Amino acid sequence: MSTAVATATPTARPTSRRRRRIGSTEIVYLALVGILVVAGVLVAMGGGNLFSTANTAYMLTQTSLLGFVAIGQTFVILCRSLDLSVGYVVALCSIVGATTMAGDPSRVWLGVVAALAAAAGIGLVNGLVVTKLRVNAFIATLGVGLIVKGYLDTQFKGPAGDVPSSFQMFGYTRVGPVPISTIVMLVVAAVGIVLLTRTRQGYHMFAVGGNVDVARLSGIRADRTVIIAHVLCSTCAGIAGLLIAARFGTGNALVYSYGLDLDSIAAVVLGGTLLLGGRGSVAGTVGGVLILAVLDTVFNVLDVDPFFKDVLRGVVIIAAVALYARRQIDPASSRARFRSNRRRDPVRSGARPDPTTTDGGASA
Amino acid sequence: MTTVATRRELPVRAPRPSLLERLTAGGSWTVFALLLLVFVLIFVMNPSFAEPSSLMAFVKKAAPLVILAIGQYFVIVSGEFDLSVGSLVGAQVVIAAKVMDGQDELTWPVTALMIGFGLLVGLVNGLVTTLLKVPSFITTLGMMLVLYGAIRLWTGGAPTGALTEQFRQWGRGGIFGEPGQFQVPYALIVVVVLGVLAVLLMRRPFGRTLMATGDNDVAASYSGSPVWWVRTRAFLLSGFMATIAGILIGGYAGVTAQVGEGLEFMAITAVVLGGVVLGGGRGTVVAAMAGALTLEALFTLFNQLGLPSTIRPVVQGVIIIAAVAYAAMPRKARRRRPAVPPPSAAGDAAEPKEPAPTHA
Repeated sequence: MSTAVATATPTARPTSRRRRRIGSTEIVYLALVGILVVAGVLVAMGGGNLFSTANTAYMLTQTSLLGFVAIGQTFVILCRSLDLSVGYVVALCSIVGATTMAGDPSRVWLGVVAALAAAAGIGLVNGLVVTKLRVNAFIATLGVGLIVKGYLDTQFKGPAGDVPSSFQMFGYTRVGPVPISTIVMLVVAAVGIVLLTRTRQGYHMFAVGGNVDVARLSGIRADRTVIIAHVLCSTCAGIAGLLIAARFGTGNALVYSYGLDLDSIAAVVLGGTLLLGGRGSVAGTVGGVLILAVLDTVFNVLDVDPFFKDVLRGVVIIAAVALYARRQIDPASSRARFRSNRRRDPVRSGARPDPTTTDGGASA
Repeated sequence: MTTVATRRELPVRAPRPSLLERLTAGGSWTVFALLLLVFVLIFVMNPSFAEPSSLMAFVKKAAPLVILAIGQYFVIVSGEFDLSVGSLVGAQVVIAAKVMDGQDELTWPVTALMIGFGLLVGLVNGLVTTLLKVPSFITTLGMMLVLYGAIRLWTGGAPTGALTEQFRQWGRGGIFGEPGQFQVPYALIVVVVLGVLAVLLMRRPFGRTLMATGDNDVAASYSGSPVWWVRTRAFLLSGFMATIAGILIGGYAGVTAQVGEGLEFMAITAVVLGGVVLGGGRGTVVAAMAGALTLEALFTLFNQLGLPSTIRPVVQGVIIIAAVAYAAMPRKARRRRPAVPPPSAAGDAAEPKEPAPTHA
């Protein structure tokens, strides 16, 4: 799943370029292995075992929650958009799911469907505001997030709803050290990978993220692509909300204070996806989420002061992205697509020779 | 130079037809229309708000956000983000309280220390963003986490110490008059001075280069401007403004653990509300300041209306989306009819603001 494959057009020569260079996804996983080794040694020096069942389970559980959100965020960021409302969507869906189930095992599926439908609806609103009202994605999703926050704060003062034990299995069951939720997350990731690298819709997302004008002139419905990305993103956040509900046994509105929105963006960028869109992969995102989860676990095992944890996380995120960023401006790895026949009028940022700009992914 | 047309002196006097037209024309002018509307609503709801002392109280409350918006404007117009300002404001207030610890003679040294710290944070943000090529969203997000954690680590979770009276007067006090009666708050003077300086700065070569860098950094660097240093200076300015905002907030509201939380999004919202385009290159600093004022006026209006505090985010969300959407729409419509020459709307024709061609 190298990005070279992912960004190539469907008709491009498939084989020769495929394994020429290690892509950013491979680097993410190399970094992950490096961090695992260092962390394992550190923990072992303290007399512990990072890979004990309990620690592995904790690590993977951390992965699945952020993983769902970050996978969804990948679609949106690939399309050169952004979703800051995911935290609120997670909270809303945990509430919708839990209150719909209301402790009745026969209503589990109804609850799941209701939660995912609510999430998709918010995604649709996000997408429509971004594309039809031409509101910058940053502001649009921040605004929609605020609206959801207001609704949650007004309607739900505390935990609400009741999740039947049959659905709580989703939060607690493990196969060996691997929680069910992680398996579901990996399935979602696999679907995402297939969507992005094997389907027309996926290619459209790369195209729209790379250069929306060129994509539109090539006959892609750019608006529809962005809307679909937003719906997918919110739906993934909805799954994360269901996971929260399953784990807590109730819906909880305060989940939005977990900072999932910014964390997911950090994970996506850690995973090698460009904030400017057009390049990236779901596999890389999963790697980025795993890196964050490993760090979190190590800090927990080593009993690091929680505030120091924040400091370290901030430093690690910046440092890691700095390492990739150096690589991404390496001319050898920049996209060859637009080199020969770039548009003559300077379409802002989209068709530049080197993606050195660093604005936050959302433009006008 | 589309900016020349929009950065005229802002007449908020009797609405002449051309002004009315401009106010409803979208772009940066939307925010002035919205500001006017909100203030009229507040005055209608509560005529006593028009009294000087109430207005001055409003200014004291709004000043920090306006100053943050100026700093954020520099960064956004150069094509970057600064998410660390909220944490920085919080950090500055806590640092001030802890180091000063109520000792009068330390007021000025500590203020100097704070400004130095703010500039340092801005410098780090700028250099990491420009030289290490880390997207500013990630740089400043990381900085936000680092500051948040470091400050709490240092103080052990809860802020300690106390601010001196001399320090707090900047946010609370005023001159020309007795305390308790009408005074011109220091905060107003600070805002006006910084605002005028910002306007002048944007007319200087630095401002032009900053704008050009945000519009197209490749072209700007081909034209010989040191893009990395221009952007780093924008971050330095943002760090400086956050420090000043921190001084005012510390004076106005005192020290709590939550100081500064969420201010970064408020500041960005304010700037965008002012018609400044995320991604850089478009917008004026006066409009950004007006955006901040509008946001604060909205909160005042919510108070007047007696809205339950939990419903406020809903209204806020709807208004910022609607305002930005409105600012984006008419420009599209106007571009559709370039064939019809409307000589009457000369003011409008003078600013053929090109809508940013790419949008996601």
